[in-house]
Amino acid sequence: MDVANFLIQLLNSVQYGLLLFMLAAGLTLIFGIMGVVNLAHGSFYMLGAYLAWSLSSMTGSFTLAIIGGALLSILFGLMLERLLFRHFYQRDHLDQVLLTFGLIYIFEESRSILWGDDVHGVKIPDLLGASIPLTENMSYPVYRLFVSGVCLALALGLYLLISKTRLGMKIRAGAFNRDMAEALGVNIKLIHAVVFAIGVALATVAGMVASPISSVFPNMGSQVLIMCFVVVVIGGIGSVRGALISALLVGLVDTFGKVLLPAVAGMLVYMLMAAVLLWKPEGLFKQ
Amino acid sequence: MSTKANLETLPRGLQIVLALGFLALAAFPFVGTEFYAQMVARMMILSIFAMSLDLLLGVTGLVSLGHAAFFGLAGYALAFLTPAGVPVSLWWTLPAAVASSGLAALVIGFFVVRTRGIYFIMVTMAFAQMVYFLFFDNKILGGSDGLYVNFKPEAGLFDLDNKLVFYYFTLALLLLVYAFLRRLLWSPFGRVLAGIRVNEHRMRAMGYRTFGYKLAAFTLAGALAGLAGYMWGAQTGYINPELMGFHMSAHAIMMVILGGMGNFAGAIVGAFAFEYLLEWFKDLPPFGAVNLGKHWQLWMGLFIVLVVTFAPRGLLGLVDRLSRRKGPSHE
Repeated sequence: MDVANFLIQLLNSVQYGLLLFMLAAGLTLIFGIMGVVNLAHGSFYMLGAYLAWSLSSMTGSFTLAIIGGALLSILFGLMLERLLFRHFYQRDHLDQVLLTFGLIYIFEESRSILWGDDVHGVKIPDLLGASIPLTENMSYPVYRLFVSGVCLALALGLYLLISKTRLGMKIRAGAFNRDMAEALGVNIKLIHAVVFAIGVALATVAGMVASPISSVFPNMGSQVLIMCFVVVVIGGIGSVRGALISALLVGLVDTFGKVLLPAVAGMLVYMLMAAVLLWKPEGLFKQ
Repeated sequence: MSTKANLETLPRGLQIVLALGFLALAAFPFVGTEFYAQMVARMMILSIFAMSLDLLLGVTGLVSLGHAAFFGLAGYALAFLTPAGVPVSLWWTLPAAVASSGLAALVIGFFVVRTRGIYFIMVTMAFAQMVYFLFFDNKILGGSDGLYVNFKPEAGLFDLDNKLVFYYFTLALLLLVYAFLRRLLWSPFGRVLAGIRVNEHRMRAMGYRTFGYKLAAFTLAGALAGLAGYMWGAQTGYINPELMGFHMSAHAIMMVILGGMGNFAGAIVGAFAFEYLLEWFKDLPPFGAVNLGKHWQLWMGLFIVLVVTFAPRGLLGLVDRLSRRKGPSHE
């Protein structure tokens, strides 16, 4: 593997890892703070991709589609939290698993009714359509760098929100001791709604920015969901920092596995997970 | 985990209903058409699958979201063991297939049983998906198309190609597995598993090495799921990766929940109810321009959401609650 090829794979794995992080961060936050396991998290990714496709063909602008989709997803998240998830925070994990499995069916079928079952491509906006030449015949698309940039910016924003703002302080207080935070006047229900909406929005935006690369197809949520589970298990549930590091690790192993060891590439990530489980059953950064 | 009443001892009324149900199953081929008899045979196979999961879910309190992997593996074992031109003997392929599922459950269990709660859910799902992709991605293992089982296994004493014989063989297996698991539930081993569900820390404090018990339960459940998978492969003559997918695992959980968990009878009731509903949703007639049956996933999704929201203790729990309401209630 020469340097240019290596660089391309490295950039790809970082981009994939960061994308996984966007999903895993929401999953791990929602579990860490509300104690809910959400199987339907992958569906938000799928809905995001379809939203990007339908909004960008409706408005003609990818930027408008992203902004509109993000706003819609926040509303959608708030609504879901209010109507369903709020009533499941104190229930068994088993009930949560079933509820969210039922939601996967509902989301998939609604998608099928609304947008059909076809595979669609989303056009990369002209501004980002260029490629950076690396060697005579190899180049790297600017759009992939853009995806990494968006994910990094959101990751940084999330970090600042949680560790530097008053809202973030309340979120951390609520995660640490729900009753005490409530007694001190924190509106914990509002905090939960906000965290849930953030998680949904992160997953939806991930689906939207990924759509020009991955194309848009039915069931695209389930595979990414399982990868997110692996990321969360390796990183340690509830830890956003763990999710970031483990997402990058999974991205590296998966991307380079496909190039170097194609025969077992599909299994490598799971082997990584098995190894981590043997070593640290509660993940690398258990909180 | 939950300490809800699991109906471990079935009330007399439910026992009678169950006995009548078994009688109805025995009489069914004489009443129903061949098409429905085959459907009922499939439901019985899925009942075995659901009971095997109930050993983890309802008895030990382990929420496995990857149980279908062991179901599918035994089906694949049958497909590999059946040569292209001749049938193969039931008497060694059935144990071999069950053993291969059990072995896979032992290996995977070794990793997953050390985790608990939500980790267990995620990790079982991830490992099952690993098995799924192993078969999905490799052409030698059948790839995404799956494999055909060209012949029904040959039993010598009886002829499984005869649909009636196959039906009663499945029914016999169902009764056998049910009797075995009910016995196990009240054995010292079963009591330890139930103790782990209620309070694992306390069981450890009493000196039980819970890891070994949980691993044994996981392995046994995997092997029994393999029994069901073998029968599935033998009945349908076709095996594909979807049988190991996470939808199949989730369906099995739904069966157990729908019937009521922790007593195996509920798993049987749930498997029948779930499969019946699934067929019913898929066969919904068109309503105006809308083909309702095509959107079965929507109805099933709504149904699942409604059940977990309003009847988390399942059908048997509902029956029990309703029958108790008549008498003096002390809940």
